[in-house]
Formats: sequence, C-alpha cells, structure tokens
Amino acid sequence: MSEQLQSDFDKIVKISKFSDEEIKFKKIFLNNFIKRGFPNRKQEDWKFLDISQIIKKNINDLSFFNDYSHSNKIDPSILVDGLEHNKIIFINGRIEKIDFNFEDQNKIEIIDEIKKDITFDYENSLIDLNSAFTDKVFKILIKKNYSLKKPLIIYHSTNDKINSTNINLRLDFELGENSCLKLIDYFADNTAKNFINIFYNFDLQKDSVLKNYKIDKFRNDNLKYSFNNIDQGNNSVSETFILSTGSDYLKNEINCNLNGEYSSAFINGVFSLKENQQHEIRTTINHLVEKTKSYQLIKSVLGKNSKSAYQGRIYVNSKAQKTDGYQLSKAILLDETSEFNAKPELEIYADDVKCSHGSASGSLDENSIFYLMSRGLNYQQSKELLINGFLLDVVEKITDPEIKNLIKTIIGLKE
Amino acid sequence: MDTREKDIEKLKDYKYGFTTDIENIKAPKGLNEDVIKFISNIKKEPQWMLDFRLNAFERLKLLKEPNWQKPKYPKIDYQDLYYYSAPKSMKDKPKSLDELDPKLLDTYKKLGIPLQEQARLNGIAVDAVFDSVSVATTFKGELTKHGIIFCSMSEAIQKHPDLVKKYLGTVIPVTDHFFATLNSAVFTDGSFVYIPEGVRCPMELSTYFRINASETGQFERTLIIADKGSYVSYLEGCTAPMRDENQLHAANVELIALDDAEIKYSTVQNWYPGDENGKGGIYNFVTKRGLCKGNNSKISWTQVETGSAITWKYPSCILKGDNSIGEFYSIAITNNHQKADTGTKMIHLGKNTKSKIISKGISAGFSDMTYRGLVDINSKAKNSSNYTQCDSLLMGNKCGAHTVPYIKNKNFDSNIAHEATTSKISEEQLHYCQQRGLNPEEAVGLIVNGFCKEVLQQLPMEFAVEAQKLVGISLEGSVG
Repeated sequence: MSEQLQSDFDKIVKISKFSDEEIKFKKIFLNNFIKRGFPNRKQEDWKFLDISQIIKKNINDLSFFNDYSHSNKIDPSILVDGLEHNKIIFINGRIEKIDFNFEDQNKIEIIDEIKKDITFDYENSLIDLNSAFTDKVFKILIKKNYSLKKPLIIYHSTNDKINSTNINLRLDFELGENSCLKLIDYFADNTAKNFINIFYNFDLQKDSVLKNYKIDKFRNDNLKYSFNNIDQGNNSVSETFILSTGSDYLKNEINCNLNGEYSSAFINGVFSLKENQQHEIRTTINHLVEKTKSYQLIKSVLGKNSKSAYQGRIYVNSKAQKTDGYQLSKAILLDETSEFNAKPELEIYADDVKCSHGSASGSLDENSIFYLMSRGLNYQQSKELLINGFLLDVVEKITDPEIKNLIKTIIGLKE
Repeated sequence: MDTREKDIEKLKDYKYGFTTDIENIKAPKGLNEDVIKFISNIKKEPQWMLDFRLNAFERLKLLKEPNWQKPKYPKIDYQDLYYYSAPKSMKDKPKSLDELDPKLLDTYKKLGIPLQEQARLNGIAVDAVFDSVSVATTFKGELTKHGIIFCSMSEAIQKHPDLVKKYLGTVIPVTDHFFATLNSAVFTDGSFVYIPEGVRCPMELSTYFRINASETGQFERTLIIADKGSYVSYLEGCTAPMRDENQLHAANVELIALDDAEIKYSTVQNWYPGDENGKGGIYNFVTKRGLCKGNNSKISWTQVETGSAITWKYPSCILKGDNSIGEFYSIAITNNHQKADTGTKMIHLGKNTKSKIISKGISAGFSDMTYRGLVDINSKAKNSSNYTQCDSLLMGNKCGAHTVPYIKNKNFDSNIAHEATTSKISEEQLHYCQQRGLNPEEAVGLIVNGFCKEVLQQLPMEFAVEAQKLVGISLEGSVG
C-alpha cells in the first residue's frame, strides 16, 4: 500500500498548485500515515470494528489519486426539496459549489487557505491520511452576531467519474460571538466501495450555537469515516444529530472540548441497520472548566447480520466542578445474528459533579406486542409501531422544528 | 482544603503493620529454571507438577507485561525477588498445631486469627498461609467426616494428585496473561478445597494470607471444586507488614462449580496500602476466575478491597452451564495515594444464564479508582440477562473515579442493563445527619455504610462486621 500512497501523492503534487510549504506539511502527514497505516483492533478506539480489516475485505485496490482540475456536473436530483437552504456541494471530493444565496454576504467569509497544522493532539492515523490528500481546505467564518437565515446543507456526492477509491474532505468553521449555524450533512452516493474520510473542525466563540445534523439515509456500499472536532467557548451550545443507516460501514467520531463556562454539548444518534452493516459512534466530551453540561442519547435498531457500537467517554477535569454529564445507549436486537457493543466510559477527577450513564439492550418486548395485537394490529404493524416510537424519542430531541420535520419525513417516522 | 490535608495525616496507623522476626528459608533470588526446580524440589512435588511449572515458565518468556491498565507502576525487576520464603520451622512439617512454632501462633493471634482449635466459638475452618507456605489448617477432623478436603495446595498435590491434575489450570490455563502465567510457574502454596457430591459444607472455610519476609513476592494458588449439588462458602483475608518497598502479590484463584453446585467466595483484602505519601505497599495483581461448569451452578464473588498500593484484579465468571448464575459484589475504597483498577467479567455461554454486578467505589485523598468490567453474551446464550450497577463516590477534588464497562450483546433473546452514577455525598444528607447530633465524621461513616449496604449484606456475618469497621478506618480523615 505504501508504494501506491507514495506514487499517488507524487501525481497529485505534480499537477497541483500547492506551495512548497504546503507540500512539505502534506509530506509529513503522508509519512505519518505510511508509518501507522489504517487503525486496527489493537487500538482501543477501534476494538469493536476494525477498519483496516473492513477496508481490506471491501476494497481490493486502494488508490488515492483524483484529478481535481476538471469540474463535475451537478446532478440536480440529489438536492433536497421542500426546504430553502444554502449549499456546499462536494462531488468526488471536489468542492463544486459554495452558495450562500439566502444570507447577507458581508457576514460570511470564505477563506481559501490550507491550514498547515493540526492544533490538537490526536492518535488517529485517518487524520494523517486526510491531511495528506485533501484538495483544498476552506474555512467558513460566520461573523459576530449573525445567525444564518436558512440552514446550510453540505452535499457529499460521488459519481462514476471517480478515479480513486478513497476521498478525503475537510472543512473548518469558525462561529463568531453570538452567531448561529445550522448545518446538515447529506449523503448521496452513486458509486460503491469507496472509502470516504471527512474531517470537520469547529471553533465556537462565546454565545454561539452550532446545530449539526448528519444524514446518511440511502443504502449504499461505501465505507465512511467522519470526525468532528468541536471547541466551545463560554455559554456556547453544540447539538449533533446522527442518522446512521445508509452506508455499509460508518463511523462517526466527535471530540468536543468544553473550554468555556456554561457551555453545553448534546449528541443524539440513531442507528437503524440491516444486512451486514457495521456502524459506530464514538464520542469524547472533555469537561475542562466549571459548570458545563453534556447529554448523549444513542439508540439502535439492529436487523439481520448487523452490528452497532457506541463508545462514549466523559472526561471531567479536576477544575470542572458542577459538571453535569449524561449518557444513555439503548438497543433493540431484531435477529439472532445482530450484535450490539457499548463502552460508556466515565473518567472523573472532580467531586462536585453529577455524571451517570446507562445502557440497555435486548429484544422487542413481547408484552407490548401482545398489547398492540390484542387491539387489532397484526404482528408486523405492532413491531413497526414499537420501533417507530423507540426511534421517535431521539428525533424529538432535535431543537429546530423545520429540520425535525424534514428528518422525520426522511426516516419515515410517524407521530 | 487545608483541614482536609491535615486530617489525612492523622489517619490511623495500619494496625497489621508489624513484622514477625522468624528464621526463613529462601530460594535464591531471581527467576530461572533452577529456582522453579528448587521450589518444586523443596515441596517434594511429583514430576508432572514440575513439568506444569516449566511449561508455564517457557510460555512466560514469550509474554510481555500488560500495560493497558490505569494505575501505572514502576517497572518490577523480576530477577530481584525471592520467589520462595518459608519459616525454617516449617521445613519438616509439624504434625499438629501443638508442634507449630509459637512465634507463628503469636503472629496469627495478633492478627485476630485463632489457629488453636479451642477457639471453636468462631466456627470457621482456617488455612493460614505465611509468606510462601501454608502453616496450619484447622478443623480438619470435622471436615474429613463429611468427606471435605480442605488443605494446603502442596498437601493436595501429594495426597490428591488426581483431583489436582484434573482441575488445576483448567480455568486459568498456563497460556493466560503475564501474571497468571508467572504464578503458574512459581506458585508456592495456597488452599485446596474439594466438596464431594451433595455435601453442604457445615462451616465457613477461610484462608488467611500474610506476607512477612521482605523482598519476596507472594504467589499463592487456590483451587476450589464444588462437586454436584454441593455448597461452600469460602473467605479470604490478607495483611502484610509496613515496608518502604513495594511487594508483589500475584495469586491465582480457580473455582469450579459442577451441576447444581454453589460457591460463595468472599474476600476482605487489607494488604498494607503504603504510607500517606504513597511510599511502599503491596501490588495486588490477582487473577480470580470461576467456571460454572455444570448446569444450574452458581458462583458468587464478594470483595471488600481497602488495602494495597495498587489493586488490579477482575474476579470473573464463565457461565458455561445452562441456567448458571454469576454474581459479583464489590466495595473498593482507595485513600491517600492508593490506586485500584478492579471489576469483573461475566461471560455468558450457556442458555438462561444470569449475572448481576454491584460495584461500589469510594475514592478519597489523592487516590484513583477504576471500575472496568466486561459483560459478554454469546450468540448461543439464549434468554440470558445481566444487570450491572456501579456507583462511585468521590471525596475531594484530588482523587479520580472512572468507569469503563464493556458491553457486548450478541444474542437477541438476552437483556443487558447497565447503570452507573458518580457523585459526592450531598450537603443535604450531611446536614440532616448532623442536625440529629452526629459529628461530620460519624455522618459520613453512616452515609458510606448505607452506600455500601447492598454489598456488605452479602458477606458472612463475622466478616461483615470486620468489613464495616474497615470501611470506617479506611476513610478516616478524608472528610473535609
């Protein structure tokens, strides 16, 4: 693999317009990745789902080279109907369109610069891979006191023009004081067996609000990894919702640093999986100062041969008194071949805190099914009704009513 | 904060910290084939036992010390330890308690363990292990009447080789992790219990472990077999003298429950925890594992962990028989610079298996406590269930409490429920108690005892009282 990496990298450098300094940094990341390789189950964070094995099994020839000098045609059928929105469209890893038509253009700045370094500690070689092979990194800056009128949808799309089997994307966001951004990640894949590696970096200033909804709905054979790094200032709020049902493999990782007092983080997730799908959510919430709050709710419905994993970690620094941390993960196993793994972890160094977690897994409650059937529903209907209610609970946590309705329609949940 | 630190200094002395001045026979320092042969030789072991040890030693050479645990410790030089130490008077085994070295009897009297059979009031059969050898086993006569075998491991190897050969290493194989394999190579003594079919052991069996000599490691091995339909309750207690150096204690405990049998294993661990600055103390790296081999069998672990500089152990249950039950009740208390990484593993293999985990952790001072557990329900373990509850209590903001549960559910008929909370003693509760005339220390004692009640209830009566006192002593001075 390392020869392939090296030669694809050389090809990219040859046709790109990167400066010498950029290339120097990219080379460091490339070498780091070559040294470490894909993460495997020997690493604690990858214990449940071993990505190096999964990639080996699904993708025969890994290749990394894409020619980003030509633009792709945007297929309008992928766009979301019934909701006015701003757009960023990625096709095969190339940004085709950035469109903030609904907004005050003076309040949003798009900075086209490659961030040379990664400022936080990470032990994740996929970030090395991402940093070595991303095309362009844009930073989107929302200025002070500005709330976006419409949500921003980022489309992640692939088509048959794709050259490589691996795509790396990166976006940076900075939310100025008292600003607000609603961001939807929307996946529309038209290819199979690609490994897509996404890295977002969010910087939330004082009083800002970030709402991020990740929607992976349509069944596809791709493997995806998404990493969100969120830094939060005083009184800022981040809300992340993950719908994890479409891809063959998807791991969402969220690293959230609560650096400011009264800041809070909410993470809600839904897994609804069948046939050979393997999905995972891993969260790390670092409570670093006093009076911060975090809340996590993850629910899984697991069909035949599917597997979900939840690894949640709450870290409370010794300074972070008055922390309130909560994690709950629940799973319904529908088939004898389904599997649920969880590792809800608490690491606490302060005494005046309220931290708890819970995890429950099992089959659908036969008594409830009996109750519904005795009222005239058939077995299938009762089952669906119970699952509907089980998942609706998480979707109801979404604070934006418009987006909540959109997501309900996408999942097909009834009230 | 200052008063709290002062209070910590006032902490009561470790009352078991004395040493007994007694002549010892030691194996030469270091770990090599010759030392293993020396141990095997001095214990007059048969060839198969020596082979077992050498096999383990071969395996050990390939293994590396694990390092994933939370409490880190300085590297142990395994060549700088004595692997065998025994009181000289034990060389030719005394035939009865009357011939036992009076100094030894004194030691156990000081520890509050009467070895003389006159002390019948207690009604507990005791096997006392001093450094590397078992010095005395009480109540032999009465136990033999029921066909129960309760003796030291070395004796069992001599007298009941068939049983030992059949079961030793079946739950913890020589191919296990580093410390378990080390133990298999150099284990010195320990207790052996066999309860025959259909016998309900009429009294509590107990082993008392004592480390006395310096620069030694204690490696005992306990094997308990409960044959079909039998029941036994077994207690274990430990103490060690106060020393500046860290001493290693790496024991293996294997439990085997056949059809309809029940084993209840209770531990009150009070090894020397080191002084208030974290100097000295025992490294307690113990492997305990029970196998519910037969159908309808039950294994229950209860532990009160208050001692040791570092505790690192996970008493586990392998629920292989259908309808078998595994239970784990634990209180772990760390104060000053103590560290603990403890918990359990429940591995469900048979149908309709059930397990329950109740873990209470209390950390004070500068200590660090981790609950680490695994619940694994196999795809064949239909209709199994697990319930886990682990609560932590923190006293002060210089200590840590961590919870790391691993939950694996591969069976859709089975249920796993897990709950954990971390909190401190609430001001309201303290206020309420103080209003009714308790001083802060008493109030904390009361609240902590209530917090631990679910676990303390599981202990046999005599131990419960001792454990309750121990909980109080361990936390003394930690209230700020």
